[in-house]
Amino acid sequence: MGLLSDPNRRKALTNLLTRLNTPICVVCYLAAIVWFMGLAFEPFTLRTYMSENAMGSTMVEERFSAGERALAAAKEFDAHKRKADGMPVEWLVKAMQARGLEVFTQSFSRKLPFPDENKERYMVRGTNVYGILRAPRAPRTEALVISAPCTPGSTNNQAVGILLGLAQYFRNQVYWAKDIIFLVNEHDLIGMQAWLEGYHHTNITGMEYSPLQGRAGSIQAALSLELSSDVITSLDLVLEGLNGQLPNLDLANLFYAFCQKLSVLCTIQGKLQRNDWDSAEGYTHAAQTMMLMVLKQASGRSWGDHGLFLRYHIEAASIRGINSFRHYKMDATTIGRLLEGMVRKLNNLLERLHQSYFFYLLPSLSRFVSIGYYMPAFGLLAVILLLRALDLWVHLGAPALSEADGVSEAEQPSSPGVLSVLTPVVISHLTGVALYLLPVYLQEIAVEHFPVSETEAVVLTALAIYTAGLALPHNTQRLLSGEGTEQGWKVLKLTSLLYLAVLLGCTALINFSLGFILAVTLVPITASITPHMLKSVSALAMMLLSPAFTIFYCVFIYQELMEAPVSLSEGFTIFLSVISQGILDHALYGSLVYPLLALFVYPCWLMFWNILFWK
Amino acid sequence: MAAHRCGLSLAFILIFSCIAHLGIADTLEKANDTTGEKLSASDAPREVNTDAESVDLNERQWQKTDVEPDTRDDPENSPSFRPAPAKDQFEEELVIRPLHSGDIYASFQFRTLWDVDFQQEGQKASHYRLFPKSLGQVLSKFSVRELHISFTQGYWRTMQWGQPFIASPPGAELWVWFHNTVSDVDGNWRELTNVLSGIFCASLNFIDLTNTVQPSASFKPLGLGNVTDHSFLRYATLPREIVCTENLTPWKKLLPCGSKAGLAVLMKSEKLFHSSFHSQAVHIRPVCQDEQCTSKAWELRQTLNVVFDLYTSGQGKKEWSMFKMFSRTLTEACPLASSSKVYVDVTDNPEGELFELSPATSLLSQAVVLGDRRTYSVYDLTRAETFGQLRSLNLLLRWKGDSGDMLRPLLHAERYVSGFGLQTGEIHTVIYNNHPFRAFPVLLMDSVPWYLQLYIHTLTVTSKSRENKPSYIHYQPAKDRHRPHLLEMLIQLPPHSMTEITVQFERALLKWTEYTPDPNHGFYVGSSVVSALVPSMVAMNTNFTLDQPLFSSFVPVKEESSYFMRVYTEPLLVNLPTPDFSMPYNVICLTCTVVAVGYGSFYNLLTRTFQVDEPSPPLAKRLANLIRRIRGVPLLT
Repeated sequence: MGLLSDPNRRKALTNLLTRLNTPICVVCYLAAIVWFMGLAFEPFTLRTYMSENAMGSTMVEERFSAGERALAAAKEFDAHKRKADGMPVEWLVKAMQARGLEVFTQSFSRKLPFPDENKERYMVRGTNVYGILRAPRAPRTEALVISAPCTPGSTNNQAVGILLGLAQYFRNQVYWAKDIIFLVNEHDLIGMQAWLEGYHHTNITGMEYSPLQGRAGSIQAALSLELSSDVITSLDLVLEGLNGQLPNLDLANLFYAFCQKLSVLCTIQGKLQRNDWDSAEGYTHAAQTMMLMVLKQASGRSWGDHGLFLRYHIEAASIRGINSFRHYKMDATTIGRLLEGMVRKLNNLLERLHQSYFFYLLPSLSRFVSIGYYMPAFGLLAVILLLRALDLWVHLGAPALSEADGVSEAEQPSSPGVLSVLTPVVISHLTGVALYLLPVYLQEIAVEHFPVSETEAVVLTALAIYTAGLALPHNTQRLLSGEGTEQGWKVLKLTSLLYLAVLLGCTALINFSLGFILAVTLVPITASITPHMLKSVSALAMMLLSPAFTIFYCVFIYQELMEAPVSLSEGFTIFLSVISQGILDHALYGSLVYPLLALFVYPCWLMFWNILFWK
Repeated sequence: MAAHRCGLSLAFILIFSCIAHLGIADTLEKANDTTGEKLSASDAPREVNTDAESVDLNERQWQKTDVEPDTRDDPENSPSFRPAPAKDQFEEELVIRPLHSGDIYASFQFRTLWDVDFQQEGQKASHYRLFPKSLGQVLSKFSVRELHISFTQGYWRTMQWGQPFIASPPGAELWVWFHNTVSDVDGNWRELTNVLSGIFCASLNFIDLTNTVQPSASFKPLGLGNVTDHSFLRYATLPREIVCTENLTPWKKLLPCGSKAGLAVLMKSEKLFHSSFHSQAVHIRPVCQDEQCTSKAWELRQTLNVVFDLYTSGQGKKEWSMFKMFSRTLTEACPLASSSKVYVDVTDNPEGELFELSPATSLLSQAVVLGDRRTYSVYDLTRAETFGQLRSLNLLLRWKGDSGDMLRPLLHAERYVSGFGLQTGEIHTVIYNNHPFRAFPVLLMDSVPWYLQLYIHTLTVTSKSRENKPSYIHYQPAKDRHRPHLLEMLIQLPPHSMTEITVQFERALLKWTEYTPDPNHGFYVGSSVVSALVPSMVAMNTNFTLDQPLFSSFVPVKEESSYFMRVYTEPLLVNLPTPDFSMPYNVICLTCTVVAVGYGSFYNLLTRTFQVDEPSPPLAKRLANLIRRIRGVPLLT
């Protein structure tokens, strides 16, 4: 580190960095994008392997054969569900008791902050039914969970049927070392949230629920099953959980291993694996799969019932049966066997799943990108911010150094500089707080004055505040302190750059995808913005690269990747529902993406917007 | 002969139906003769053909047997019947109880009495007859007054199975009262655990001061002697202990007949461990030798409790036989045993609607067990006719009823950890009093390892959403790495209520050598113990309709009004913050590099004083200056 302590060489280095700053930044940005896209290229990725010894070498033999009976139970469940118009609690309790389980129920109710138009619910009232299969000679310290949601309509009946079939089969086996909880939850995620909060006796989202009567110790792993037809062609594995959390990779490996063993078609993100990695199509396919995972993870939503388990340090995944009219079909027995095998191996676990990776991206089920491989892509983007900050720092310091004799003089102009920075920072953040709080609180007033529904009111209020924020900062700035100085905007930009770098860095550590997507859109414009640019063009560019537009693009890319492209107006509708879902996810399950965007990312972006209109 | 037997069975059925109508009204009379007379009298009008012999054979013999551990004295084994010279005595029994859930509960008890009094000075026992020498030596060497040790695999499901005869927590439990002559109790305790570890092939040597407590009130001596100074008591549990055949074999060796004769032949380990619950225990205590209590004797009581799951073993067929359950049948009693009996609980089955039992026995016995009056069919193995013609006893039980709903036992407790994350948490203990109108106090004992740092100021006790102030609290805080927390409370449980006790804790960060080899499994916290005097079912029964004469039912009998019960909650599995042990090398390399490079350069920058340094002139200039200095010309700059 003589490099820094030697003033000559330090000067040479800083000179080099300031002189070549822009080219280095451009190279870094391009390198980051290339690196990221290269992650999907098969030779650069690692093959998945089972790390956990307890699940690796011990092969289990699957003997579940009651698929037909399970489907019969599913039909019966369907009939009773129709009759009860919701969860057939009594029937389910009886059915589970008849299979030798200890059965308990939990009722819950939740009033949503505003009506959910996607699922058409506002006042939610429901009951979860769960049965515990007690393992012989086990002291109730560990448990596994198999869950199936009870959804309205004719979906997911087969999942409940297989659940009951498995319960009956498992009850007759002697090898269980962990209690197994069979859970049928109503109102999908809300019911699951109520059950998990009840099980762990916490209340983080204001849910009202009755306390649980039966427990089985600490839950080690959970599987959620979603199945809507008697025969299926492939099984899809869903891993993305709340706030972009992922289960241990060994759970995905386990699923893949059993799909291979039973020769079941398995997909991830609904995409089959291809073998032709060296062809352009093969690469595109892998890149699409990975991009889908990145988008889903970035959304911070729970993409299945499993997602809520992850908060409690319970490894969980959802398995979704897909019937896509291929030739090759599987019956319920095969699915039952697959689950049997997975549960038996999880039953063999001596410790929690911890051996394999928790941070990864999957371009296909058999290949993975670990954190060590994908983090450089983000690092290259973050470096740009730091380089720009360094450049500004040097520029700010240079005039002070030239007037070497007036140290005390140099401090005097800097103190109004600090104050001038403080005003836009505070105003931007107040706008952020308004964006976070007002949409939900103002919905009633909005509904009174405008002909919109509550949900539309919330979303449109949010958009209105977002747009109003664009007008606020630079106007107030001008009002408060008149014309900004040259040094003023540089100090502000320096602060904002470092703020953004820290913000994105922290986000990327927790949820890489979110951090990366934000960095890709925010970094180029924030790095290059100055008040001297052409206002109209640069303002348009900034608008188009603002967080709201990022969400808008993500909606389109996602639809494109799901092979369901939408027109602009449809896309806008989806965009609006995505915003309402984001606010709801925050209120119902504690998803952090909405507060992160409203309280931190948007104010940070506003600070840069402020720089553009500094003069 | 066949016809004769047919006649006999017909007679029996008829008599049985008579009993069903009339005989149930029989009082709890001990005298066999009166009952016999009554029966024959009631038979007479209906069954004219019955000869005297068949009446004799089929007569119901009532006898009073008390299965309660403290007050046990069989009238059959009164001193007059006992062989005089050998004072040691051995009894064995097996109680089979078909459970509410359709499972089968088998409870073996073996009792050995030994006429030696260590407590008298100078007396040294060197002669052993029935009492195992290994245990006798332990008792004398470590001055043990009372010793209770249990090994349990599984958790007793109170909600499905009701109460066990003797409760025990999952894992190993050991509690010992030492004589008050012992000066170094901790030293004796340490040695004793190591010796017992050898005797029972168990990891009892892992009992040390970090998991030993001295309960002040929960564990009182069960034998003679009224000791109250709990400094001579040591209690420890190992919730992680796994019980298997290697613990069963040394336990069987303590029996006088080993596993060669008597009831112990049934103990085939591959069958005993193919069950839902398995618990074996050894209890040693001093008892009175006779009724006047002139001299003391040692009582060794070995118990083995197993619950067999009919559902899994029977492939859906709910049929159970001794052979199926133990893969053996009984052929003889242990020759050394003064009493050897098999009891089958038939209380819930007065007319055979729940299950069918064969071979039928004429011998019935009633006892008040855990506050409930139970009726048992008795098979006396010392009598030859028990074994029948095949010379073996194979009890057969055909289950007819459904497995019932969950029970609501009078006292029931459970425990769990709430919260998430690896920093803090909360222990919830929930105690249910399901008695409809009677409140009763319970004594709760919690021993929590030091690595869960309890915030005792967050302790709350609530019943019926109101604060319930414990009348007695004994709390001993933990010392890191030396001593666990001990919390004892006397709580009054209101009738028909749920009482919740919560206390928050913080998870400690262990030193890296203190983690177990499987740290991600979690760390165990032993069961908490709830001891209570529970109002008895018999006293609770206000519905005195059928079998009670009026004069007996107005004031409930004192000793039946409540009974002592101990309930253990489930142990807890708590995750502590665990470092990633799989990459110590990476961690060491990384930290060393960071420390070396980062610290070095920062230290350098912070401590170095910077001076503006004249750049040294080039060599040519220096040479030129040298020449100029010699010439006396002004130097170049």
